[in-house]
Amino acid sequence: MNYMDEFRDRDVVLGYAAQIRKLSEQRPEPMAFMEVCGTHTMSIYQYGIRSLLPEGVRLISGPGCPVCVTPNRYIDRAIAISRLSDTIITTFGDMLRVPGSSSSLMEERARGADVRIVYSPLDAVAIARKNPCKRVVFLGVGFETTAPAIAASILAATGDGLANYLVLAAHKTIPLPMELLSSDPELKIDGYICPAHVSAIIGANAFRGLAEQRGVPCVVTGFEPADVMQGVEMLVRQVVEGKSRVENQYSRVVTWEGNCKAQSVLAQVFSVCDAEWRGIGVIPGSGLEIAADYAAYDAEKVLPVSVEETREHQGCRCGDILRGKVSPFDCPLFDRACTPESPVGACMVSSEGTCAAAYKYGR
Amino acid sequence: MDNDLILLGHGSGGKLSHQLLSDLVIPTLSGIPPAGQNDAAVVTHNGQRFAFTTDSYVVDPLFFPGGNIGCLAVNGTINDLAMMGARPLYMSVGLIMEEGFSRAELKEILDSMRAAADGAGVAIVTGDTKVVPRGKADRIFINTSGVGVIEHDLAIGGNCARPGDRVLINGAIGDHGIAVMAKREGLDLESDIRSDCAALNGLVEEILKEGDAVHVLRDPTRGGVATTLKEIALQSRVGITLQERALPYNGAVKGVCAILGLDPLYVANEGKILVVAAPQAADALLERMRSHPLGREAAIIGEVTGEDDRGRLEIDTVSGGTRAVEMLAGEQLPRIC
Repeated sequence: MNYMDEFRDRDVVLGYAAQIRKLSEQRPEPMAFMEVCGTHTMSIYQYGIRSLLPEGVRLISGPGCPVCVTPNRYIDRAIAISRLSDTIITTFGDMLRVPGSSSSLMEERARGADVRIVYSPLDAVAIARKNPCKRVVFLGVGFETTAPAIAASILAATGDGLANYLVLAAHKTIPLPMELLSSDPELKIDGYICPAHVSAIIGANAFRGLAEQRGVPCVVTGFEPADVMQGVEMLVRQVVEGKSRVENQYSRVVTWEGNCKAQSVLAQVFSVCDAEWRGIGVIPGSGLEIAADYAAYDAEKVLPVSVEETREHQGCRCGDILRGKVSPFDCPLFDRACTPESPVGACMVSSEGTCAAAYKYGR
Repeated sequence: MDNDLILLGHGSGGKLSHQLLSDLVIPTLSGIPPAGQNDAAVVTHNGQRFAFTTDSYVVDPLFFPGGNIGCLAVNGTINDLAMMGARPLYMSVGLIMEEGFSRAELKEILDSMRAAADGAGVAIVTGDTKVVPRGKADRIFINTSGVGVIEHDLAIGGNCARPGDRVLINGAIGDHGIAVMAKREGLDLESDIRSDCAALNGLVEEILKEGDAVHVLRDPTRGGVATTLKEIALQSRVGITLQERALPYNGAVKGVCAILGLDPLYVANEGKILVVAAPQAADALLERMRSHPLGREAAIIGEVTGEDDRGRLEIDTVSGGTRAVEMLAGEQLPRIC
């Protein structure tokens, strides 16, 4: 058992496809399910999942890519910080290519800024340890999945007495935007393919309000094709039976309570704040900022920089795409002015972005 | 946005590289017969056809499981000649070193170059050495050029794939890219993924015994199998469909790719060859490849479906779905979460 091949098995996948088809015949109206995790988006495209579903079952991509939902203003601030002397920017790779209002970190790197890709915020702490005469700023973006590791990096820096490690935090939590989108009459979401990695941290219980009070079926779903197909089958079944509850398809990884240790680290280092989402706007209480006790690690507070006036890109439909209102193919820039080589909007930049996935696998 | 700067993506072998070549480099250097999009130029002198190629190596790390920059520089150029159906004969080596580079490491690199050249029956006959001040280069850069002779009159090239042809590969994909990445990023994988770095001219000699059934030879280096097959589809104006189930993978590579969110189809190889050949010869060719040490795991992985100006490349996934495959755009970066 290698936990991969079994979950990619053609017969298993096609078995779910047949069940979905049969179930969906019991309901004349079409159904639309939203995934809110970039890895789901990629998986759905990579395995050609849409080609296996009947016409009446539609999958829409929501605001699930941490890079895509990061607003221009944050990128512009990171760029301004990268231009300071004796400053090393450390980041997950995808942030490098996101266009800000007038530049990107990749362009700044080509001009001489010290921008380094790391795989973990603890690597950034190690860089800070090695470079005591420079300040090392980690770009903390992402959902509940990456936030605990970033909280842990701040605790590690505290333990080491490191004064030159900073985090530019823009963390977001996913349940609130899911509630917001579920009440959008234009979208008519019949159910959520709930994120797998996020749920491993916050637990499947986090979606109870959505399912039980708002009546939106929720299934926490894994990433392999058989996971996704089973998740969709469970959602279709709930819709057909008129049910609305949280189910956990991904019980081999996700528990109902989640990872309590990670949750307590999050509560220790971060406090809840309002957050701006690209394309959606400010959602109260949907963000995490560095708590007052750890303000010395907050790049936004410690490094006052003048940030250029935010410019949005003309014609870019990223906002509507992140809300699931249009597909990449409806955007006038897609595959014309906006390609992975010269991305206009964030959804094309990130490898988890809806447009990048559609460009790579879906055209 | 500023388009005045050369970015790392311009060297990735993907779309940005193609644009830089077609917009700036080739038009400015016109007068040189371009190699088209092939790995080497084919020139004719006194009725004899030669293949001629050059390549520079700037790999980091210099040493990785399964090889180092030295054998990479020799094998890479040998393979570029072999992909034109040429028999590699002579090579040059240009070394650009940074002040302070270790003599012992240089010796190790040179030893491995010598061994690779001897193993492939190629003579290193000329070269050049430069040293630049500390900080002006990253330890060592190597350029190799090579010349080979074409002793047959077969038409082999990226534009020769025909509807009905089969696509073959000589073994597992993605080993080199993942071995180098794991070493570079200090990923402690506890696996023995090694670069597949190898000279393919011997295997090509074997393949060419199938004569005019062989239409395309390509080594899927930067950009991986996906980008290379997409190039072939575009050059030949055909559609190609791959069977994901038939693709040979080393299990550890598949696992690392799953963890990092990389697609092995786009990961670099240094000892792999893609062959597009007439359907009636496919089985014999497969046997021929499997009889060679570098082709033990050879497989038929797809076919040319028909004429298609858009060069559509599709893959029937292991799970029964179908999707389009595009060229690598920019660099493949590990996902965030």
